[in-house]
Amino acid sequence: MPSSEPLDRAALGERLDAIFSFDVSSGRNYDELTEPLLAGERAVQEFALHWAKVAAPTHLEIAYLVVLLAPLALDRLGRRDAEAWVVAALDGFDRVGLRAAVMRLRDIEGFARSASPAAVSLDAIAPRLQRFLQGLAGRPLRVEADARPWTDTETVYLPPLVELATREASADRYLALAAMLWAQGRWGTYAMDIDAALADFARPDHALDWLALLEALRLGARLERELPGLRGEIAALLAGLPPQLDTARAALAAPGAGVDDSIAWLRTHAEVAVSPAPTLECLPTLHPADARERRAARIREQSQVLRLSIAELLESLRAGQDDPPPELEVDADPERLELEVKIDGASVTLPPEGLAAAQSLLQDLGEIAPELLVPAGPAEWKGDGVGKGKPGTLETRADALFDEWDYRRQAYRRQWCHVYLHAVGGGDESYVLAVRARHAPLIRQLRRRFEAMRGEDRVLRRQSDGQDVDMDALVAAIADRRGGAEPSPRLFCRRQRDERSLAAVFLVDMSGSTQGWINDAEREALVLLCEALEMLDDRYAIWGFSGWTRTRSDLYRIKEFDEAYGTEVQARIAAIQPRDYTRMGPPIRFVTEKLLAEPVRHRLLVTISDGRPDDFGDDYRSDYGIEDTRQALLEARRAGVRPFCITIDRQGADYLKRMYGPAAYAVLDEVRKLPLKVAEIYRKLTI
Amino acid sequence: MNRPHLHALAPELESFAAEPYYQPVARETELFQAAATKKLPVLLKGPTGCGKTRFVEYMAWKLGRPLVTVACHDDLTSADLVGRYLLAGEETVWLDGPLTAAVRAGAICYLDEVVEARKDTTVVIHPLTDTRRVLPVEKRGELVRAPDHFMLVVSYNPGYQSVLKELKQSTRQRFIALDFDYPPAELEAAIVVRETGIANELAAQLVKVAALTRNLKGQGLDEGASTRLLVHAGHLIAAGVPPRDACAAAVGRALSDDADSVSAVDDLIRAVF
Repeated sequence: MPSSEPLDRAALGERLDAIFSFDVSSGRNYDELTEPLLAGERAVQEFALHWAKVAAPTHLEIAYLVVLLAPLALDRLGRRDAEAWVVAALDGFDRVGLRAAVMRLRDIEGFARSASPAAVSLDAIAPRLQRFLQGLAGRPLRVEADARPWTDTETVYLPPLVELATREASADRYLALAAMLWAQGRWGTYAMDIDAALADFARPDHALDWLALLEALRLGARLERELPGLRGEIAALLAGLPPQLDTARAALAAPGAGVDDSIAWLRTHAEVAVSPAPTLECLPTLHPADARERRAARIREQSQVLRLSIAELLESLRAGQDDPPPELEVDADPERLELEVKIDGASVTLPPEGLAAAQSLLQDLGEIAPELLVPAGPAEWKGDGVGKGKPGTLETRADALFDEWDYRRQAYRRQWCHVYLHAVGGGDESYVLAVRARHAPLIRQLRRRFEAMRGEDRVLRRQSDGQDVDMDALVAAIADRRGGAEPSPRLFCRRQRDERSLAAVFLVDMSGSTQGWINDAEREALVLLCEALEMLDDRYAIWGFSGWTRTRSDLYRIKEFDEAYGTEVQARIAAIQPRDYTRMGPPIRFVTEKLLAEPVRHRLLVTISDGRPDDFGDDYRSDYGIEDTRQALLEARRAGVRPFCITIDRQGADYLKRMYGPAAYAVLDEVRKLPLKVAEIYRKLTI
Repeated sequence: MNRPHLHALAPELESFAAEPYYQPVARETELFQAAATKKLPVLLKGPTGCGKTRFVEYMAWKLGRPLVTVACHDDLTSADLVGRYLLAGEETVWLDGPLTAAVRAGAICYLDEVVEARKDTTVVIHPLTDTRRVLPVEKRGELVRAPDHFMLVVSYNPGYQSVLKELKQSTRQRFIALDFDYPPAELEAAIVVRETGIANELAAQLVKVAALTRNLKGQGLDEGASTRLLVHAGHLIAAGVPPRDACAAAVGRALSDDADSVSAVDDLIRAVF
């Protein structure tokens, strides 16, 4: 039991040294750090040291600030919130960078406010707002933080924290603000070139600020009609508007009012716009340049999608005949975002992506111009993945991003791991033939066993209906009748086919440590497995994984669910070779998503690896990797995937139980057992 | 052996004395009528709760034909459709299944969500859908010829992403296909008013809620709120339940179990009411 005496200067120095010793460059001296801690109790000291140690691997500057500010934070926030304060800063580092982390740490007061029961932070409510906006707009809008609310019509910027009288009121304020910003895009605030329209004002900058207030009035009135549930919140938002604008209220509340009406009012009241507009923190500002850019890009993109889907539609209708070009018409209702496309007078249904693009254009342009209906040629067009899962950022171009579990923070590092997908090529096709020849008797045996598991027709006896009479049941019924008992009417037997409805993914370790025997055994195991699985109708996929730090988790496509086990797949199995390191979390999360997309009743994830997770540079090889792998397996199991881990580990190390806790697992002490074992394990798991 | 021909046990056919309420959206009634005249089977495609069943009832009334509706499920076998022998005292009694009953009576047989049924049901559906228009009743060695008034109508929901619930080409290409979708906003509001008697304005708001939830399809919700759900919500409102609570119960909780999706729908309801 540790003593509760405060640590003295020497002891503190020693502990800090353990955390900061390798930071020779910063020129920090420990006195600066030890002073505030010396005055504190042991618990405060331990808190600071513990969290500094947690933060150090992320960034020493953060650890440094944690030590420095911990006494203050503990005092102001209490233990639980102080922990959250550190975690929030680390999260800020992961997501934005060092500056964000430092700002969050320094702003203890701000954190205290956000921890108050009536406050709602944007971080907490953003997912909810995103869905809310998706519902309103029918297309995804991003949510980001900024001091004043504004939008470029694709991202909605909202204040990082709102604190009103109650939590509900704060959340409602966010809803109202989000609706207000959505309304800017929906009802055409940026439908005209605002900069050009205001250019001839004496002070265009003031005019823009006034226009923002007028637009708030106009859109507020519109929202009160369209979304009456928000009436109270909108009124509260508009409460602080200056009296000069009172005469604008009625004009802008008219049902058909547009941004041109706001500008017209401003023009007739030019005397207002010479002085700066009052700053109303909670009302949106206008950013015409950003909006113009986003809007133009979106219109370009969506026009292309629309034209492509019309081309596709015509293709399917004409089925290759050389008819004269068809006549296209569109009937659009920009108010309701409803539209009807007619080809040669007959109404047709656009494919979903085409319809979404058309609706998006209708929102932006207010109409669908005929030239937008000209079918696109066969030019290649690739969507930017908006709305799909978690696309990589432009800088990384990763195929997917995944969260990673940091057990020290007891929190996820968001979008931390970058996953790249690769094709495997150049394998020797004859490899599989060789393995097949070498293991012919074994394969025969496996196939026989697997064949026995097939979804055979099963005869159900004593049914009330069926193809055949169940003689046993009939004899029993006759006997019952003779004996005076009531005979059962269930006299038939029926054949029933049982479908297995199962999908499995095999995740194969391609890290450098598998060099040699293990790699050979893995490949043989896959061959035997595939040969056996061909006897069943189960859907299965095979992925290899390797990686080099969190920014590069490589996944190698050996076999997709829809691919047949043919020469191509066989060549890829032959081409499996050792590469870099073993970061197991991201691959597990990736294939879990793959499995969840399969329309089956049972999902199985089998990992084949050698020993513990390991990665270059960072501390994945420590408990961190074990805990993250464990967490990934837990997530898989919660999502309805059954994980099973096969590992080759001659030491039979004790970390296995912890890491594979959420999964079932098998440890092989000999490599050569692997080929037979994998198929056997699969059989036992799915029998 | 003397086989008793007891159709007395056959299932009851539904006949519509009063006109079921149905609001035509496009030309579906004419198309259906033409298909009926020309003895063609009809496939209704569309999301759940958009009025497919009501449409068939309406058409049955309009054409003056009895209707047999079968809600298909994954244990529904061909025997369930065709019929089976039952034991009755000293002998077995043949009981016509709903399909056989409909064929004999020259009724409209409506197989709702046909993709849910077991695969073997196609065996009995196919001969009824081409020029043969016969129903083989294997167990009785009987071939029931469909009278001119018999009509087969099936429905399915293309919204299911599952590959197991796809309609095979060999089946789907036998039908005249009619697309169903939620009616346009004004019409949908009129339907809600007509069905529940709530005020026009409330109905328009309900329709708005539905439109917003349909925007969430694929983004947390499998389907947006159907017209049927709006009618439910309308009934609750007519019974005195405050609109927000009515929508939460009839729409939000009916659409999803996922807490995030439910709260998203709640926010949208909150914005409208």
